[in-house]
Amino acid sequence: MSVGTSPAFKDNARAALGDAQLQRALSSVAPGLAARRSTARAALPEFEALRDVGRDIKDHTLAYLDLYLEAFANKARAAGSHVHFAATAEDAREIIRAICRDAGARVVTKGKSMVSEEIGLNACLEADGLEVVETDLGEYLIQIRGETPSHIIAPAIHLTQDQVEADFRRLHTDLPKDRVLIEPTQLVSEAREILRGKFLAADVGITGANFLIAETGTSVIVTNEGNGDLTQSLPKVHIALASIEKLVPTLEDVSTLIRLLARSATGQEISTYTTFSTGPRRPGDPDGPEACHIVILDNGRSELLGTALQEVLRCIRCGACMNHCPVYTAIGGHAYGWVYPGPIGAVLTPALIGMRSAGHLPNASTFCGRCEQVCPMKIPLPGLMRHWREEEFSAGDTPVLYRLGLKAWAALAKRPRLYHPLARLGIAVLAGLGRRRGAFRRLPLAEGWTRHRDLPAPQSRTFQALWADYKAGVPR
Amino acid sequence: MSAGEGAWETILTKVRKGLGVYDSGQRRAVVAARLGTPPPSLVPARAKRPKDELRGMLRTFLEGQSAKVVEVASAAEAPAAIGRFLRSTNLPLRVRMGEDAYLAGLAWASEPALERLQGPADGEDSVGLSHATAAVAETGTLVLASGPDNPVTLGFLPETHIVVVEEKDLVGSYEGAWEKVRASFGRGAMPRTVNFISGPSRTADIGGQLVMGAHGPRRLCVILVRN
Repeated sequence: MSVGTSPAFKDNARAALGDAQLQRALSSVAPGLAARRSTARAALPEFEALRDVGRDIKDHTLAYLDLYLEAFANKARAAGSHVHFAATAEDAREIIRAICRDAGARVVTKGKSMVSEEIGLNACLEADGLEVVETDLGEYLIQIRGETPSHIIAPAIHLTQDQVEADFRRLHTDLPKDRVLIEPTQLVSEAREILRGKFLAADVGITGANFLIAETGTSVIVTNEGNGDLTQSLPKVHIALASIEKLVPTLEDVSTLIRLLARSATGQEISTYTTFSTGPRRPGDPDGPEACHIVILDNGRSELLGTALQEVLRCIRCGACMNHCPVYTAIGGHAYGWVYPGPIGAVLTPALIGMRSAGHLPNASTFCGRCEQVCPMKIPLPGLMRHWREEEFSAGDTPVLYRLGLKAWAALAKRPRLYHPLARLGIAVLAGLGRRRGAFRRLPLAEGWTRHRDLPAPQSRTFQALWADYKAGVPR
Repeated sequence: MSAGEGAWETILTKVRKGLGVYDSGQRRAVVAARLGTPPPSLVPARAKRPKDELRGMLRTFLEGQSAKVVEVASAAEAPAAIGRFLRSTNLPLRVRMGEDAYLAGLAWASEPALERLQGPADGEDSVGLSHATAAVAETGTLVLASGPDNPVTLGFLPETHIVVVEEKDLVGSYEGAWEKVRASFGRGAMPRTVNFISGPSRTADIGGQLVMGAHGPRRLCVILVRN
């Protein structure tokens, strides 16, 4: 499996911080999503309690995953779906290639699917001579640029409207050159027009699945555009591609997760379209696919079961962790170098492509803890990043200088009588130097920090000293 | 297919090894119980309000999600309400619909100019008309079940979607809607497609700005028929 550019994370991040266009694009969207989540959460008093229920549903499902997978497959087959299991990315690609070949497909439409990114599906189908068309607008925007998603629910979050207009003028050359493309509505209408033709021409439609319901053998997709529905309703073959952890037991369970998903993702009460599909067209049905295939992928996930990382399999891919991440919102998703960016990517990527390739990702965190605070599934993301750092350190993969630094720090921190006076001195000096502005524009040895932002100056006393005063009842 | 069977065995073995479990009657009983009698959900309090309040809630959420909501006092008034909506939006007086008996039985004679085509949408129709199985107040969500009565394409290909929902099918929660689906299809079974629809199609993929009518309908009109 490709490891993308994760090994070059540091260079990627530096380039992203210096990319004015990217910084402009990033400045508004993710913080806006975070603010809307906060409003939606406040409007539903049960939200926090639902997070606990959601976590328990996923923990229960994972604990019985073998049996829920079996129950799902039985139900889905009874409803007329073909269920395929794929142990690896390559297996999944081969299964899907074969289905497209058997269907005599020429045009394939796709709903948004991060798992299809994970297995590199588009390149493989295109190599077979198929025309593969992404139909989620954001996915279409990046497909025509030859890029990958930079956010799991807002894949084109790194693009500005001007870039979209330039791409449309470059690509849609059949349309009049003097057409007006100033408003987002005009750009959306143009994309709608072009993609409508593809929907109607497609032989196979491929979607992901947000959930697979064991009770009924149903696959579920969630969209705002309705592109997933046109992708799976119009062609004669529908393929749903999902990973093993998408299982949930019942319709009640999926209802709970739906209450959490959109609120966490975009701050909507619910996404515009939530679609539950169970098998192909039935006798008397005037529309819908004639054949329905469900491809269930493992690709390393089963190896996380029973380990500290099992909790990451609760993820419902809402993107809240990245919307609230100071690292993600500063550098965007491409810098992470592989399919899943942000805090969830920092935990999942090393598990899927190895710590040797993805080692920088769990290290790129301030441990501010917001990701865990907002995660609807209560995944302890900072704790799991720490787990990877410890693994890296134990394996001896931490760079020498960094190791020495850590050792020096540890030696000092274990000797309070040395540590406290030094901390007091250091903080007093920095506080004195930074008193005028309250922050440093430049500081020796800290250029990595100050190149892109100011370093806040410390207050004049250490936390330990303030704490001692507080306990002694000294007024501040 | 044999390759698939091999992969299933591989995954099954890895999952059980990871979890440190084996196939046991006791574990199967836990799963069978959960699937057969799901534990009750945590249903938000807002979904348990009296029906009158639910009706207002449905309307408020749907309108907040850019749908138009028209209440009519009885089924007899539905065709006229549809006609008024089409005229007010400058749309042709032509709708495409399925074989739904309730819709077929409406008093269409009151709107003689309104043309009704039957069958799935083909991309040429401008207005689709569906009959919802349920409406969920907690988030302003219509629940449609696909089939010859209400082909799924009616809700996605035309630029305008009109959905008729009866007040008797108004429920507070998603669970309430599943009760209705289970009542018609049986526990553990589903229509081929169940669509939760909570407004017209939209996207914010261009610079984060919200635009209606991404791929599906630009307009959603809900006709709520009072009992």
